[in-house]
Amino acid sequence: MTVSVRELDVELGGRRVLRSVSMEVAGGSWTAVIGPNGAGKSTLLRAVLGLRDGAGSVEVSGQDVRSMRPRQRARMVAYAPQSPKLPPGMTVFDYALLGRSPYIPHFGRESAHDRSVTAEVLERLDLAGLAARTLDQLSGGERQRVVLARALAQQTPVLLLDEPTTALDIGHQQQVMELVDRLRLADGLTVVSTIHDLTLAAQYADRLVLLSDGRVAASGAPADVLTRETIAAHFDAHVSVAHDAEGRPLLALERPRLERPHAERPQAERPNIERPHAERPNRPAEGAAG
Amino acid sequence: MTSAGPRSRLRGVIPRVHREQRARLRPVQLGITVAALVATMLGALLVGAADLPVSGVIKALADTVPFVHVDSGLSVVEHNVLFQLRLPRVLMAALVGGLLAIAGAGYQGVFRNPLADPYLLGAAAGAGVGATLAIVALPGAPEYAVPVAAFTGAITGVLMAYGLGQVASRGGPEGGTGTLVLAGVAVANFLSAVQTFLQQANAQQLQRIFAWLLGGVGTADWGQLRMVAPYALIAVTVLLTHGRLLDVLAVGDEEATTLGMSAARVRLLVLLAASLATACAVAVSGLIAFVGIVVPHLVRRLAGGSYRIVLPLSLLVGGAFLELADLVARTVVAPAELPLGVVTAFVGGPFFVLVLRATRRQVDV
Repeated sequence: MTVSVRELDVELGGRRVLRSVSMEVAGGSWTAVIGPNGAGKSTLLRAVLGLRDGAGSVEVSGQDVRSMRPRQRARMVAYAPQSPKLPPGMTVFDYALLGRSPYIPHFGRESAHDRSVTAEVLERLDLAGLAARTLDQLSGGERQRVVLARALAQQTPVLLLDEPTTALDIGHQQQVMELVDRLRLADGLTVVSTIHDLTLAAQYADRLVLLSDGRVAASGAPADVLTRETIAAHFDAHVSVAHDAEGRPLLALERPRLERPHAERPQAERPNIERPHAERPNRPAEGAAG
Repeated sequence: MTSAGPRSRLRGVIPRVHREQRARLRPVQLGITVAALVATMLGALLVGAADLPVSGVIKALADTVPFVHVDSGLSVVEHNVLFQLRLPRVLMAALVGGLLAIAGAGYQGVFRNPLADPYLLGAAAGAGVGATLAIVALPGAPEYAVPVAAFTGAITGVLMAYGLGQVASRGGPEGGTGTLVLAGVAVANFLSAVQTFLQQANAQQLQRIFAWLLGGVGTADWGQLRMVAPYALIAVTVLLTHGRLLDVLAVGDEEATTLGMSAARVRLLVLLAASLATACAVAVSGLIAFVGIVVPHLVRRLAGGSYRIVLPLSLLVGGAFLELADLVARTVVAPAELPLGVVTAFVGGPFFVLVLRATRRQVDV
C-alpha cells in the first residue's frame, strides 16, 4: 500500500517545521527518513498518522488520512513511537492486545480472534515466553519488540517506526532491523521509519529521504543520498563513505583535527573508498520519486 | 519469517496461554468483594443504639422479598428503627463509598496519575460553597435545600475548572490534562475562599456548616436515596463501560489516537461521569476524604491495575470500606458519633503516605 505526501507544510507553535515536503513510498518498500536533530522527521511521521494538521496532502493508498475516521486510519497505519508510555503493571500480552483496539467496538471487548492474533504476533517476535511479564520488568531490547508487537497486532499494511533502534546496543539494533525486514517481506508491509544511524538506514531501507531544516534535501537510493558532501552540508559531520558488496554506503566518522596535520597519509591509505560511488551514474537526488 | 509454522503449532496452545496472561476481572475476585460488601452491610444493619435481634432483622429483610412472607417478630418501633433509620443509612454508606471510590478510579485513569482524587477539580469546594450558602442564606428552607445546593455547587465547581482548563490549554499537548489540574486547584482555592468568607460572616451557623463539611451518612433517609439514585446509576454505568478505553488511554493521548480511539472524547465522558458520581456523594454526605484514593489503590495492589478490574472492584470495596468506617464512627464513642470524614481520614492519612512511598517511582517518571 502506497504512502504519498505532497507539498506538506506543518507549523508547530508558529514555527514552520515542515516546508513543502513530498515523499512517495511504494507499496511493500522500506523508506527511511533521516536528517539532523530537529529536522522534522518525527513530525513527518505524525503527519502521516493524521496527528499533525497542515497544508498539502497526505494519502495512504490514495485516501487522505485526515479525512479518515480514527478507527479506519488505525486499521491502515500502525505506529511504534520512539519513547512509548509503557503503563507499569500491564502485562506484555495486554499491551500487545491494545493493538487490536481499532477492531473492537466502543463498548465491546476483545474477541477470541483478537487474542489469537495477539498470541501469534508474540510468538513471531519470540515474546510468547514473556507474555505474562509486566512491562516494567523488560530490558530495552524486549521493550522495543513489545512495542513492535503492539503495532503488528494492528495488522495494518503500513508500519511507521519512530527511531526503532534508539537506546539499543549494536546487536539488538541488528536484531530489530532484521526482524522488521523479515516481517515486511513476509507480509508485504510498507515501512516508513525515522532513524538516526545512517549506515543502519542505508543497510535496510530501499530509499532514504533526507530532511534538513524541514525541507527534503535529498531523496533516493541510499548510495545517492549518503555522500560525503551531503552529510557535510546537512549534518555538519566529517565522514568517509565506503560501499559494501551490494553498493550500499558504509559511513565512518573522521576526526577533522586529525585530517589536517596528516593530510597526505590517510588520503594515500584509502584511495578507493569513494570509487564505487564515483562510478555510479549521478542521478539528481531531489524529487527522484520511485 | 514464514508465519505458517508457528500458527499451526499454536492452535492448541493459545486458549490456555492467554487466559493466564490477561488482566481481567475474575469471578473469584468479584465474588469475594460482593461477599465483603454484603457482610459489612449486614453487620452494619445489626449494630446500633437500639439492640435489634439478629433473627428478627434477617426475617424482616426476607419479608421484603416479593412473594415471601415471614413474621419477623419485631415490634413496630424496632421495625421503624430498622427500615427508616438503619437500612437507609447502611445503603447510603455503601452508595457513597462506592461512588467516591469509582469516581477516584475514573479520575486516576483520565489523569494517568494514581494520586488523583475525586475532589481534584473543585467538586468538594463547590459543594462546600453550595451547602454553606444554603445553610446561611435559607435558614428556614426544607431539609433538602442543603444536598441540592451542594450537588449544584459541585457540578458548578467542576465545570468552572473544566472551562478554565480548556481556555488555558488551547492546542496544548496531551489534551491539556496538566492545565486542567492546575485550573482545578485554582477553582478549588477560589471557592474555598468564598466559603470561608461566608462562614466567617455567619459565625452563628458555624456548627451546622462544620457538621456538614465533616461528612457523614447519619441523616440518610429514603428521600435522599431516591434523589441521588438516578444520577448515581448514570455515572456508574458510564464509568463501568469505559474500563477498556481507560486501559487504552494509559499509553497516552497520541498513541491512543493511533489505536483508533478518540482520546479527548473518552476523557471528557469519564471526567463528567466521575464528577457526577462525586457530586452525588458530596451532596448527601458532605466531604469524606481519602476513600477515592485509598480504595482504588487497595484494589490495584490486590487484584491488578487494569481499569476493567479497578472500576468495578472499587465500587464494591468502596462501599464495604465506608460501611466499616461508618460502623466505627457510630460505635467508638457511642452514644455520640464521630464524623465519618474524620474516621476515613484517620485511616486514610497514614495509608496515603504508604501509597506515596510505594508509587513514587511511577509518579515521578
